[in-house]
Amino acid sequence: MTAAPAVLEIKGLVRAFGGLVAVNALDMTVGSGEIVGLLGPNGSGKTTALNLVSGVLGPDSGAIHFGGQNIAGMATHRIARLGLGRTFQLVRVLHGMNCAENVRAGLAFHPARLPRGEMDEAASRLLERVGLKGSEQRLATELTYIDRKRLELARALALQPRLLLLDEWLAGLNPSELLIGIELIRSLKDEGLSILLVEHVMDAIRSLCDRCVVMNSGRKIAEGTPEKVLSDPAVIEAYLGAPADA
Amino acid sequence: MNRMRLAAALAGCAGLAVLALLPMYADAYYLALAIGLLQFTVLATAWGLFSGPTRYVSLATTAFFGVGAYTVAVLGELLPWPLVLLIATAIGALMAVIVGLSTLRLSGLHFVIFTFGLAELIRQLVIWYEVNKTRVLGRYVFVDITQKDIYWQLLVLAVAVFVIGWLIARSRLGFALRIIGEDETVAKHCGINVTIAKVTLFAISAVFMTLVGAIMAPRWTYIEPSIAFNATISFEVVIMALLGGAHRLWGPALGAIPLTLLFEFLAARFPTASTLIMGVIFLLIVYALPAGVVGLWDNFRRQWRPQRVEQGAGA
Repeated sequence: MTAAPAVLEIKGLVRAFGGLVAVNALDMTVGSGEIVGLLGPNGSGKTTALNLVSGVLGPDSGAIHFGGQNIAGMATHRIARLGLGRTFQLVRVLHGMNCAENVRAGLAFHPARLPRGEMDEAASRLLERVGLKGSEQRLATELTYIDRKRLELARALALQPRLLLLDEWLAGLNPSELLIGIELIRSLKDEGLSILLVEHVMDAIRSLCDRCVVMNSGRKIAEGTPEKVLSDPAVIEAYLGAPADA
Repeated sequence: MNRMRLAAALAGCAGLAVLALLPMYADAYYLALAIGLLQFTVLATAWGLFSGPTRYVSLATTAFFGVGAYTVAVLGELLPWPLVLLIATAIGALMAVIVGLSTLRLSGLHFVIFTFGLAELIRQLVIWYEVNKTRVLGRYVFVDITQKDIYWQLLVLAVAVFVIGWLIARSRLGFALRIIGEDETVAKHCGINVTIAKVTLFAISAVFMTLVGAIMAPRWTYIEPSIAFNATISFEVVIMALLGGAHRLWGPALGAIPLTLLFEFLAARFPTASTLIMGVIFLLIVYALPAGVVGLWDNFRRQWRPQRVEQGAGA
């Protein structure tokens, strides 16, 4: 495992929907300053795992240690205030508001928030940070797909998170946007942010992740460096199915 | 810009002064009409305070209105008037907090039905109590309050609802509620305690409705559950707020004024068909003006906006 102290530590996490066990006895950690990739085929339980961490869902059993406490089953807004920022698989921006207000949504409601007079400036700084300089007054609906993703990221960063959950943040970008996106995430890591990302884009996983955890049918089937897990026969089988002649 | 604001503020003060002096020169009919206008302006604006940003359609208006009226019916002769209003405020707020905590987890249609049922439930409880305990269904409200007093109190309440609405819109609470209205999941992930925000606003809105009921009670002298908990009020308020546009503070008032006049006219000219006509108007509003009068105004203004944005991007 990693030498760095863990920011997030998940132990024996279980969540079932009726008879379907979406997350089954999951153990994993995210070390300080680390980017950990959560991989697996569609329906393997990755987004459910993220929803359990951010408090959208409560676990049936298991523990999630974050910020020195067990946050399993805690209300989402309390987890957010502990310093957990998140983006969503289907990008969620506040359509009726302009970009500055979208970022201020993330700035205004956490314990380390700024005095009112400094919020506009902080919002502008965050917009610039994600590559939306000068977009303060643009409506979120007017943005292109990648810019919405950037805006969502700026809102998550506004919480001054210790841990960032990115749910397929790089999905749907064209090749040049992908390079920009990868650079952006890497620069966040360079600032010391810990990141847990769910991703399907293999190039991004290889170039960003320190470690990967691979899930299939709710269970962890592999863990290690990207090279190691992506060549693991169990992982290949999970994605592509068993070889015909096996 | 500043000069325009100053002019608007002066015009507002002048308008308010004219309104405050109205009982001096208006006859009884027009005073009664003005009371009706103020009553629905406050109710619809209070309704919009909560339902505008959160998009919950509440039919509980009459529940709070009736509770306010009954507070006066029970305590009006026993306690000084300001104390009666204070108690009505407390009861309205308490009721809203209890109802809010138990129902605001409900979504959309369930909330509508619950709030409708709530008014009916309270009405039945009052009937049960009056029939079984006091043995008289109705109560007399004998307090020394004239029509003019009612008018002035409603005017103060109307000013208060606009001032408080304006302050909320500029507060963190108002911002939180706009975010909740846009996307509740995002709001939670921004660290907003969604339940507290919604319940707080629901209570503020309910206090105004309760106070309207309390202030209006002396008008009737005789009050019984079917008068105080009249479901039509709830529906009328929704129609008014939707016609005006609930997503702006001054929107519901734009619906309340013409519709109060219209309902007044209908009740006088077509007393038997007024409910039918009201229903047709409701349908027309929902189909033709989904964003209300305010929405029309916003569309009009938006046509000027693109030019400004392009200039901004070029700079």
